[in-house]
Amino acid sequence: MNLHFAKIALYAGILLLGIILPIIFPAYMGQMTLLWLMVIFALTWDILGGQMGYNSLGNIFFFGAGMYVTAMVQIGMYYDLAEYTSPAGGGIYEFTFTQYFTGMGVGFLAAAIISVLFAIVLGRLVFGLRGPYFAIGTLAIATVVGELVSTWELVGGGGGISLPNYPGEPAGSRALFYSMMFILAIVTFLFLKWLYSSRFGLAINAIRDDEEKAEGMGIHTLRYKTVAWSVSAFFLGIAGAIFGNYNNFIEPLEVAFPTTTFGIFMVLMVLLGGKGTLWGPVIGAVLFHIIKEITWTYLLGWQWIALGVLIVITVVYFQQGIMGWLMDKKPHWFGIRVEGDKQRLSDMVAGEAK
Amino acid sequence: MSDSTIVVDNITKTFGGVVANKDVSLEVKKGGITGLIGPNGSGKTTLFNSIVGYHPIDSGTIRFDGQEIQTYRVQQIARLGLLRTFQQTRIYGKMNCVENMLISIPHRKTGFWDMFASRDKETLERADRLLEFVGLYEKRWLRAGDLSFGQQKLLEFAMALMNEPTVLMLDEPTAGINPTLINGLIDRLKRANEEFGITLFVIEHNMRVIMNLADHIYCLAHGQMLAEGPPEDIQNDQRVVDAYLGAH
Amino acid sequence: MLDNIQILIEAPLFTVDMIVNGLLIGAVFALIAYGLALVWGVMNVKNLAQGDFVILGAYVAWTLFNWGIHPFFGIPVAFGVLWILGWCIYKLVIYRVIEHDLFTSLLATFGVAIVLQQSMNLIFGSDEQTVSLGMESISLFDNAVTIQPTRLVAFFCAIALAIAVIMFMKRSRMGQAIRATSQNARAARVMGIDTEKVYAFTYSLNAAICGAAGALVAVIWEFQPFIGLIFSIRSFVIVTAAGLGNLPGVIAAGLGMGVLEQTGAFIIGTQFQQAIVVGMLVIVLLIKLLIASRKRQVIDI
Repeated sequence: MNLHFAKIALYAGILLLGIILPIIFPAYMGQMTLLWLMVIFALTWDILGGQMGYNSLGNIFFFGAGMYVTAMVQIGMYYDLAEYTSPAGGGIYEFTFTQYFTGMGVGFLAAAIISVLFAIVLGRLVFGLRGPYFAIGTLAIATVVGELVSTWELVGGGGGISLPNYPGEPAGSRALFYSMMFILAIVTFLFLKWLYSSRFGLAINAIRDDEEKAEGMGIHTLRYKTVAWSVSAFFLGIAGAIFGNYNNFIEPLEVAFPTTTFGIFMVLMVLLGGKGTLWGPVIGAVLFHIIKEITWTYLLGWQWIALGVLIVITVVYFQQGIMGWLMDKKPHWFGIRVEGDKQRLSDMVAGEAK
Repeated sequence: MSDSTIVVDNITKTFGGVVANKDVSLEVKKGGITGLIGPNGSGKTTLFNSIVGYHPIDSGTIRFDGQEIQTYRVQQIARLGLLRTFQQTRIYGKMNCVENMLISIPHRKTGFWDMFASRDKETLERADRLLEFVGLYEKRWLRAGDLSFGQQKLLEFAMALMNEPTVLMLDEPTAGINPTLINGLIDRLKRANEEFGITLFVIEHNMRVIMNLADHIYCLAHGQMLAEGPPEDIQNDQRVVDAYLGAH
Repeated sequence: MLDNIQILIEAPLFTVDMIVNGLLIGAVFALIAYGLALVWGVMNVKNLAQGDFVILGAYVAWTLFNWGIHPFFGIPVAFGVLWILGWCIYKLVIYRVIEHDLFTSLLATFGVAIVLQQSMNLIFGSDEQTVSLGMESISLFDNAVTIQPTRLVAFFCAIALAIAVIMFMKRSRMGQAIRATSQNARAARVMGIDTEKVYAFTYSLNAAICGAAGALVAVIWEFQPFIGLIFSIRSFVIVTAAGLGNLPGVIAAGLGMGVLEQTGAFIIGTQFQQAIVVGMLVIVLLIKLLIASRKRQVIDI
């Protein structure tokens, strides 16, 4: 019962922090928007990388895809896209309140759907690759797409696109995107919590532990893998759509498909927190974001070296991550018991059988 | 014909010139326990792999309950209810025994939305019963990878039963198991056959075990079928004795 | 784009020019890829810092050149410097990831790559540099085929280096130990080979090969701290296409890579060079996938 209470306190605390902190320190609202984005990155990467054992380096593709899809929809609904993005286009493009929010609603929906479609199609191609080939293959796809988008004139090529301006006070826009990102992070977390407690969680764990055995037992492995990637793509697509609007400007290499920054950060955060756990990615993301912001502030010029060293240390010396380390030290916290109790499984509440 | 569940007809399998199986035919009787013996390298495991779809075969047909399955893939065959265990025991090492059991439900009965099913009482009860049946009930919350080798074999067996197969193919179920446990295992295999009505098809090296267990035995040597018959006949067959002693 | 293809068809000598130049630079690619194949095959480490070793080697040669030393001497110096660096990195990082899965080594060496490229950025600045030998280019067939002598020199140096390394692997005691370890590390250990030493040696040798190749890169191209990754990807493409332990394959794939990159860059534009290289990786992986799916029946629905 005590543990139950602690859990509720934890959730309430996070909710309160997420709401109160930006009100008390409005200057840090941008930072916290990024923080929640990092949490989403880590959670979605862990679906494949941690729970399913498929280390993708190309998940960032869905982030960029969502960003570009929403931009094209939001602009294309009211203006001619080619004219809007052409460097000589000129003209002032105003979006009314209704236009802005209708466009955003449709754009986000489209971003989510199209990201999922991409995941389904790409999944058929890349899920035949195993181990490091999967990592390199997905990395290559994300890189190629980034390069291709930067030559695609319709979406402004390498020059990027400015997204519609928020019709109102800038402070309002910041609060809006902060809340969106915060809510998305919470929804992602709760959705994954439910997903991992269902049969789905067991199946992707089984694929991680021994895919050939899973096939031999008749598990629909490709189906599970595709759905896992689609879930990842769904949340990343929406996150990209929000981030594009928050940033107000998107371009292919640094913002939409940053394979060597965000694309690697998501892996690192999960490793730091402990992969294959629900809380690990969250803890890793928060810790990483804090470390990163401190080094960016106090070690300017050296921040990238610090980052490289952090990667090496995490990967080489601290592979199991914080949660993995805890699991080693306190296995009983995670339900690993040497002697079985006498209680029948079926008498327990289904959720507690974990 | 109708009382056979697996019918292998004249299959040949070569690996780049090495003939692993040549014109092998056999039938596994429904409801019985069929044994497959043969010296090392005689192509027993290759035959198993061919049947469950791990690799394409060169020629011949394999039928399971009247259906030709030689072009099917591993998962499809598993979902038909024809399951195999591995010589090198394979379990999901980082999950605990209960989780190992819960994911081994018969997937042929699941639809798309069942992927997201939560745990139901009936499944949990079956997992409980089967863990008890193989004697792992006390260890059920341990990580499967932390179990001893023999316990992992038992767990794999329990997982196979959880899948409710109609035919279970076991690749050396007693290899590496402590001799005192072997009797218990034979007993359980027989009970699985009688109580759950599962047809067994067993590769075994241990002559005592297979003679005790099987009601019909096939003997492979050099990739070809050497002899078949009830245990007593095989035991007294001079060709089988020669094959094992290397007098070929 | 179509116009450019037209040119290639109508001016066969120009095509020859493209192919010759592609082959010349391809030799350098093959050399770098050979180093990767060595490390990958022997110790199962995928070294993403490969390209950064190359660029570091280039900077060594460049520094010497600025001090007035002929870049030809840059080759052995870069070889030595990178050998020491490789040994240090092995002791600090690599030796702890050998036992882990390949993804771990991929990430760890990626971290090393970031540290290296950023350090070079801090030390040498981000400007493009090159080492100019001041040699006239050689023209054949009325200027239809031009060959830069630096490329020719680099080509022969790369070949000489490759031969030296291959002889070393075949003849020397250490080379035999390396080959034994790559076939079966456990058996090698049982037979009394100090595999730890073999690993350290292999990784250092790879770094040194990259360093020497980098000195050649310095005289052929302009370079800056951030182009290392593309060299790493090139070597991945080559090794993935050729397969491990397939030396003639690595050489053929390296030369082919040079030619494809040259013609590809001509046909669709030099700004796409990176996209071409990465695109080739995707194609190679897809081909591998097709082959694998034909062998394995197991593709679920």
